[in-house]
Amino acid sequence: MAKTARKTNASTRPPRAALQGHFRTLRLPSPLQPRIDALAKTEDWYTWAGYKAPLSLWDEELEYFTIRSQAAAFDISPMVKYRIEGADAEAFCNRVTLRDVSKLKPGRVHYTAWCDDAGHVLDDGTLFRLAPTHFRLCCQERHLPWLLDSTIGFDVMVEEETEAVAGLALQGPTSLAVLRDAGFAGVEKLKIFDLAEFPHESGMVAISRTGFTGDLGYELFVPAKLALSLWDRLFEVGRLHGIRAIGYTALNRARIEAGLIVANADFVTAEHAIRGDRLRLPDEIGLGFMVDAEKPHFNGRRTILAARANRSMKHVLVGLEIEGNIPAEHAIVYHRQKREVGLVSAAIWSPMAKRNIAIASLSRPYGDTVTDDLWVEIYAMRELKYERLMKRARIVPRPFIKLERRTANPPANV
Amino acid sequence: MKTWDAIVIGGGHNGLVNACYLQRAGLDVLVVEKNAWVGGAATSRELTPGFLYSNCSYVCSLFRPEIMRDLELPRFGLQVISYEGGAVFTRDGDYLANYRDHDAHRREFARFSARDAEAYDRYARDVTRQCRFIQPLLMRTAPDPTSLRPRDIGELMYLGRKFAGLGAEEMALTLRFWTMSISDFLDEYFETDVIKANFALSGIIGTALGPMSPGTAYVLLHHYMGEVDGSVGAWGYARGGMGAVTKALADSFRASGGTIRTEAEVDHVLVKSGKANGIVLASGEEVYGKLVVSNADVKRTFLKLVEEKELPEIFLRRVRNFKIRGSSGKVNIALDSMPEFPALPKDSPCYRGDMHFTDSVERMERAYDDWKAGKWSADPFLDMVIPTTLDPTMAAPGKHFMSCFVQYAPPKVGGRDWTDADRDGFAESVISQIAEYSPGFRDRIVHMEVRTSREIEAEVGLTEGNIFQGELTFDQLLFNRPVPGYAQYRSPVGGLYMCGSSTHPGGGVMGAPGHNAAAEILRDLKRGTKHMSPAHDVI
Repeated sequence: MAKTARKTNASTRPPRAALQGHFRTLRLPSPLQPRIDALAKTEDWYTWAGYKAPLSLWDEELEYFTIRSQAAAFDISPMVKYRIEGADAEAFCNRVTLRDVSKLKPGRVHYTAWCDDAGHVLDDGTLFRLAPTHFRLCCQERHLPWLLDSTIGFDVMVEEETEAVAGLALQGPTSLAVLRDAGFAGVEKLKIFDLAEFPHESGMVAISRTGFTGDLGYELFVPAKLALSLWDRLFEVGRLHGIRAIGYTALNRARIEAGLIVANADFVTAEHAIRGDRLRLPDEIGLGFMVDAEKPHFNGRRTILAARANRSMKHVLVGLEIEGNIPAEHAIVYHRQKREVGLVSAAIWSPMAKRNIAIASLSRPYGDTVTDDLWVEIYAMRELKYERLMKRARIVPRPFIKLERRTANPPANV
Repeated sequence: MKTWDAIVIGGGHNGLVNACYLQRAGLDVLVVEKNAWVGGAATSRELTPGFLYSNCSYVCSLFRPEIMRDLELPRFGLQVISYEGGAVFTRDGDYLANYRDHDAHRREFARFSARDAEAYDRYARDVTRQCRFIQPLLMRTAPDPTSLRPRDIGELMYLGRKFAGLGAEEMALTLRFWTMSISDFLDEYFETDVIKANFALSGIIGTALGPMSPGTAYVLLHHYMGEVDGSVGAWGYARGGMGAVTKALADSFRASGGTIRTEAEVDHVLVKSGKANGIVLASGEEVYGKLVVSNADVKRTFLKLVEEKELPEIFLRRVRNFKIRGSSGKVNIALDSMPEFPALPKDSPCYRGDMHFTDSVERMERAYDDWKAGKWSADPFLDMVIPTTLDPTMAAPGKHFMSCFVQYAPPKVGGRDWTDADRDGFAESVISQIAEYSPGFRDRIVHMEVRTSREIEAEVGLTEGNIFQGELTFDQLLFNRPVPGYAQYRSPVGGLYMCGSSTHPGGGVMGAPGHNAAAEILRDLKRGTKHMSPAHDVI
């Protein structure tokens, strides 16, 4: 054993030593952080997947109306992203995810989910097919070990690219006008879930007609180093179209109106569920429509199909419309005002629908075959007192609002 | 002559917890302690002027919050302070840190492996699931599977229901967890040597097994199921050193009317007609008690303090065969300035956590190979902390106390007893390892206390210096701890109880054995236990 101190001068250290200092920045700044910081009048931050992200920037209610009447820019860089590439990329994605990826053409995007071998949902997310052998998977949680372990036997490589790729959602009725005036020629041709690449400075930006708002909108992905110039390009021309940056609170309202669910908010992902009864099959969280029983084998297929055949699904995720106007966030759902049958995971007063809406998970048969006489118990804190309300809830289809401009072709050119 | 309601042999943390609960139930309790101070293996001692040493146990997590509350330990000065994770130094001049912040932790792991960084969540999920299975068992007496008493059947059914409540996959995992090696377990989650070593260390601490030995996965769990104020798995420093735990217990005991006699070594337990009725001190003095509780380990209690003829042959045989092997030592160091580790940035929080130099499971296993050969490890595994980075009460500003837990140290060196020269050689293996990563380390040393199993056994009374009073392997857990048929704190001798870490749920500064033993004693005495909080809910 050496009796002298180990040489530790910087030149002999492995390259990873250069990354040691990350502990000084517990919340990673997004590639767009300088622009967002400049607009952050409320200084109202939260942590999204280890990034510093805004809950609001200037006024959460007005930010919401930006989504619905102008063009709202929301930084989605913190979203977890994986690059999947190789000759077997399609077969691999088909094996891992629920939908039939062979039907996903290059230049298309689909909303999908993936399960562990027991059929429990690991996450939901969007799968972008950038080229015949190149995909990008975007999601809430991290899955690299799962994805890598699943590559066995496939000629495919999976790489985490969250920090390398910046993302920006541009959502709202004038979003197309902004992109058009920014010079993305042909962007108006994109139909819902279409994807195309456009030149931006030294690189390319992938623009898809996708989003999390139920509105006309686009998502733009660009190498991190080009993020700021992309932002500037949009904001320069966007001023005339009312472009504003927004935080998560506004986006969350829009997504609830669109009836979209959020992993680990509306359901618990399988790799995080400590309590066994929190695990969910796709059909138990409203994702049963994704399951393609006809396509080749995929993870969880046997259990999901068996649960369908045995009618052994235990839960169901539903949209609720609730009497009155008090949001029922995290309220308990009752049958006949007595029997506890579920929990509201997200709820708002919907400005677009002018209704009190909610997303709830119920224990079957409630919400499945028993759908009448449902109630929610709302505890509304008002000046240090809970006002307890028992309100009737009705199961309604999601999305709660359907905007024609979301899918209109050509999109409104306002 | 006075007859005490209960005499507790040994003023360790479990003896004191037990005595506190008995005294608070209205009994007149005497604690006898051979040393001039109480605390057993949870002590703070000023071994050199100006430096307080946590010279045995050194960090706190397992101590049950129910006990702290019941016995009003905060009122008697107990504070436990959480610390940031710590680091494993790598031989290439870098280190792997553990950060409390989830994303910082992930980014740190990602420096070594993008895959392992994202594997942590499932690892943490599975370990948490197993901890939740065990936690409710800690503050309950283990059921006797051979008994037909309604209570045992009820408890067995409770265990069974809890087990059956696990999913098929979890059930399989539970059985694997309780029996497999920590190395095999970690292989299912991680691929990077240093990351595996970082977790494997919790599987070997205090155990005469290597990371590749079956049974070590459970030892990891034992180190994870504690908490600091609800933060499960967190570890902290007791402010004022680990003696603050036993000082608070002793003060609480005295405040409720209890009596402690120090420098009162017990020679043997008085047994009359198969029933304990007191003790005889080394001085020859007889002290009488209606019952006797031993905080000493099961071997010391029944092989040294009770005459063999009072014990059934099979019980004696099992006590003799109970595994309580010496595997570790301790090097406690007073430093006149903060050591520097050039691999660590100067502002790294790792200085305030636990630091290690063993960067692969294989090195750990090789260190164990030396133990098997009857030698101390040439390249030992160290669990090193500097509590004075967070605790201003243990040394003057700028001065530091460093605690090094060291594995492996055999109970005997090459089959013979430890000599002073051996002890110095053992210390040198530790100091040279630290100095390799910390230039100028030797020059900062003011004073050093080196404890091999010889010193720990002589002073603390732990057989072979085993920190858990018996290994935490599946064959020695639950209703098999310490001996089948005697897992409910009673013994073949009427009125003689056990309350040390040799009993369920085992070692660490947890207090649960002392608590559970008190509940059994009070049950036998048909006394109330209203002063004992129910175990905290695990929901």
